[in-house]
Amino acid sequence: LDSRLPLVIFLHALTPAAARDEFQEELVIRPLHSGDIYASFQFRTLWDTDFLQEGQKVSHYRLFPKSLGQVLSKFSVRELHISFSQGFWRTMQWGQPFIPSPPGAELWVWFHDTVSDVDGNWKELTNVLSGIFCASLNFIDLTNTVQPSASFKPLGLGNATDHRFLRYATLPREIVCTENLTPWKKLLPCGSKAGLAVLMKSEKLFHSSFHSQAVHIRPICQDEQCSSKAWELRQTLNVVFDLHTSGQGKKEWSLFKMFSRTLTEACPLASSSKVYVDITDNPELFELSPATPLLGQAVVLGDRRTYSVYDLSRAETFGQLRSFNLLLRDMLRPLLHAERYVAGFGLQTGEIHTVIYNNHPYRAFPVLLMDSVPWYLQLYIHTLTVTSKSRDNKPSYIHYQPAKDRHRPHLLEMLIQLPPHSMTEVTVQFERALLKWTEYTPDPNHGFYVGSSVVSALVPSMVAMRTNFTQDQPLFSSFVPVKEESSYFVRVYTEPLLVNLPTPDFSMPYNVICLTCTVVAVGYGSFYNLLTRTFQVDEPSPPLSKRLANLIRRIRGVPLLT
Amino acid sequence: RGLLTRLNTPICIVCYLAAIVWFMGLAFEPFTLRTDMSENAMGSTMVLLRGASAVPRQGVRSSQKTGAVSTWLVKAMQSRGLEVFTQSFSRKLPFPDENKERYMVRGTNVYGILRAPRAPRTEALVISAPCSPGDSNNQAVGLLLALAQYFRNQVYWAKDIIFLVNEHDLMGTQAWLEAYHHTNITGMEYSPLQGRGGSIQAALSLELSSDVITSLDLILDGLNGQLPNLDLANLFYAFCQKLGVLCTIQGKLQRNDWDTAEGYTHAAQTMMLMVLKQACGRSWGDHGLFLRYHIEAASVRGINSFRHYKTDAATIGRLLEGMVRKLNNLLERLHQSYFFYLLPSLSRFVSIGCYMPAFGLLVVILLLRALDLWVHLGAPALAAVEGVTEAQQPSGPAVLTVLTPVVISHLTGVALYLLPVHLQEMAVEHFPVSETEAVVLTAVAIYTTGLALPHNTQRLLSGEGTEQGWKVLKLTALLYLAVLLGCTALINFSLGFVLAVTLVPITASMTPHMPKALSALVMVLLSPAFTILYCVFIYQELIEAPVSVSEGWMLFLSVISQGILDHALYGSLVYPLLALFIYPCWLMFWNILFWS
Repeated sequence: LDSRLPLVIFLHALTPAAARDEFQEELVIRPLHSGDIYASFQFRTLWDTDFLQEGQKVSHYRLFPKSLGQVLSKFSVRELHISFSQGFWRTMQWGQPFIPSPPGAELWVWFHDTVSDVDGNWKELTNVLSGIFCASLNFIDLTNTVQPSASFKPLGLGNATDHRFLRYATLPREIVCTENLTPWKKLLPCGSKAGLAVLMKSEKLFHSSFHSQAVHIRPICQDEQCSSKAWELRQTLNVVFDLHTSGQGKKEWSLFKMFSRTLTEACPLASSSKVYVDITDNPELFELSPATPLLGQAVVLGDRRTYSVYDLSRAETFGQLRSFNLLLRDMLRPLLHAERYVAGFGLQTGEIHTVIYNNHPYRAFPVLLMDSVPWYLQLYIHTLTVTSKSRDNKPSYIHYQPAKDRHRPHLLEMLIQLPPHSMTEVTVQFERALLKWTEYTPDPNHGFYVGSSVVSALVPSMVAMRTNFTQDQPLFSSFVPVKEESSYFVRVYTEPLLVNLPTPDFSMPYNVICLTCTVVAVGYGSFYNLLTRTFQVDEPSPPLSKRLANLIRRIRGVPLLT
Repeated sequence: RGLLTRLNTPICIVCYLAAIVWFMGLAFEPFTLRTDMSENAMGSTMVLLRGASAVPRQGVRSSQKTGAVSTWLVKAMQSRGLEVFTQSFSRKLPFPDENKERYMVRGTNVYGILRAPRAPRTEALVISAPCSPGDSNNQAVGLLLALAQYFRNQVYWAKDIIFLVNEHDLMGTQAWLEAYHHTNITGMEYSPLQGRGGSIQAALSLELSSDVITSLDLILDGLNGQLPNLDLANLFYAFCQKLGVLCTIQGKLQRNDWDTAEGYTHAAQTMMLMVLKQACGRSWGDHGLFLRYHIEAASVRGINSFRHYKTDAATIGRLLEGMVRKLNNLLERLHQSYFFYLLPSLSRFVSIGCYMPAFGLLVVILLLRALDLWVHLGAPALAAVEGVTEAQQPSGPAVLTVLTPVVISHLTGVALYLLPVHLQEMAVEHFPVSETEAVVLTAVAIYTTGLALPHNTQRLLSGEGTEQGWKVLKLTALLYLAVLLGCTALINFSLGFVLAVTLVPITASMTPHMPKALSALVMVLLSPAFTILYCVFIYQELIEAPVSVSEGWMLFLSVISQGILDHALYGSLVYPLLALFIYPCWLMFWNILFWS
């Protein structure tokens, strides 16, 4: 590290005119109550420039990836959030994640309010992003895009509220794998050559219970006065490792066991590079080696937690970060939790049940529920019921946009007050549509996916949240801006649904096609043959017996045979 | 047309005989098809089996002594790393079930979900084992736990696996399935489920009654005669072959000597057993209730038939592991193979295209007779071409004479359907019988009363039954029966066929001009109730446990009570079908016999 440092300073000196930029990296390791290990990487690139300024073309890129920067300025993107997840975050076992994401791919973008053709920009943007991330984002079209009116507010600077400039889409079926990880790693200034990204060995990352990677781009304030704008790029990667299968029953882990790599140095371009280990739950019960004198406290998700901090930019850290043991403890139930399922049987109708739990002992709080259902499930909105504690619970705000067949999905947004310590059930009946035969997927008997519904809420906090904006806050606790001391923002995704639609027996048309083709081929072949062949009258020579007979007849003088 | 009316009777007789011969020919091996795996995802992929070893059944046994099975199970499953949930249910039966000795049922289902890594909770598989008080299925619960432990440490799962231990066999399964799909068809009281795994793709139910297992029996017949996809049976058979486990269907081993008389008889017996089991429309294992929810399911039952060859628990564990892993590989629901089939042996099947002609030949008889009647009815009308108005005039009363018997016989059917269960309290007060006996005997009584009732109905209205009257009634009844049987056979071939074999001869030949006493006797002997009685005797004969007449009678009564219970508890449709449709239809023919 020491040998590289002058080079960095040198680079700084070379570009005095360029806007200031900065890169931070961070890894949080949190032993979960279920015995699993949650590892969360966050990389933040800050750049004090503005892509969207008129007349000024940004062409000099240093830490900020150029591919993304060009996309931002070309499509006038104000804010972009994209996540790819494989697996389902088990809120009941694992608690809340630092940054939630639904299974599959999720993309939501706020466009700048100067954009005139939002749908066109959106279409092009998804195609470009699908190239950048090697993902099937090009399957996002108007039939699965919605414009939520309340659930997705901009997280960065600027309080745009006109949801005409917002586009939201999920692809619950998207499978995330190595080919998505590689381009994601390439966006990092150090790539996977140095720093925390060394640990990202795909073989291990995809050998886990949950994997999620995301990119968040938004404008933020440069300083506390908020006089000028800076762009923030956050790349996050969350993994949950299953100790039960890999540890042979022992609750013991090390960085090497998890990632099959150890850390050797910080990224030389990073201004800060830290590893946090959550030791709140049982500070004296596990043994951390090497021990660190640095302890940090952070308030995250309504809970004050204590962390051991390892600063990788200091040389003495690189002793060895190895094995530690820990024990299980009973967990607190997460305050907000939601799940969803399809009820009923048969292929005609069904009912979507969304169950939202408020586990707070005495506080009621409102949540925003957002459901986007594909058009081929025809919702009967008059059957919508919301019940809490077996009593009707009237939503204070409902935004419903009915689907148009083959054009746009249903969008349902509701503001529901959850009574304390309660279970709220939202049900709506639907009828399964008959698709045209070309609209079926290649594997229609697998079923059709309905994306996760999103529950967003300001959950009452047990401890006071810090509202002031400071630079030295750990990254994982500073993603969502905190507006009040008494509550914090949480977003919970339910599981996606797999719904079977009435499916014809596709082998039947196939057989018919085969048969028809054969008949046509044989029929056409012989007919063509008949038409194009030239016929000649063939004078057959009479057979030998006939000739003999005629010879005899000629001798006898009787008429000849013809 | 002339030919059809002239040769009607011979054609009908030929059709009937052809149908019987065709049906019996289905079991002859050269006429059947060999089963093979149609699903690509399960066919060629190799599965390396390692198998679960230790079977912790001691724990089940000891916890049963203390009566805390569910708490023990919750702990056992939790320690194996599953997400564990419980569900309690209760149900008051309409009348006591004497076979299983239960009336007020209260139970707890315990299920653990093994979450597949990196899967979004959209698909699941179920392995279930009924655990009733007593020692009966401990082995299966132990094997289930061993499998859970082994599966938990594997990484290849793409679907969540739900391990379900259900109490009170079918009732527990019913409560769990209804809660999982949030439906309530049968009025069961249950607590809602806390954990789910998405849409269930397939289910296996495990029943190991004794510690020593010599062979495994595959049970496919489900509620209302529904069958799982044939690929599930193929899968089981393929793994039995691979692991060298003796496997049976309907408790019958396969024989290779199809060209001998014994071999053919054996295959025919196996197929007849399947037909009888399917016809009675009940679920013969826990799997049967899954089929309603479009979940392909089968039961695997371990049997100790005192052979020398024994199968150890590890082999059965390997077999199940193989099956579950192949099901885990599925990309789509099982749909490639047949849903309608008969199995004369595990490796041979008769598809719907092969067995339907046998039924078709029987229904054709009804249609031919109806056509014949139609021609006869039309002939006098044609003769009196000028008197069109006169021909239409008698049609008014004719409709009425037809309608009255139809309505009265259906009301009798409704009485047969409703009264037995509702009148049980009254019957128990007045007669020295138990509730179950009361229900069954009321049903028999109403059935018999129905025979006496409708003799004189049409006379009350029109005074004298005309020749045309009974013909119109018979025409209606024949078409009605044809439609009924046709619809039944589409859903449950066996039921339709068994009913058609007994009902078609008498209904086709019945006229008021036959000797009354003899034909009445024949009609009663071929009535739906006697069909059930014959089925009981044939079934006992086929499972090699012949019964005497009095035992058979007792069995017949218990079959009726089971049928009523199956309808009330699980929604089996055989009892309402017989009471509300088939019996009234038969009564209409009975009415024709006594037309005067």
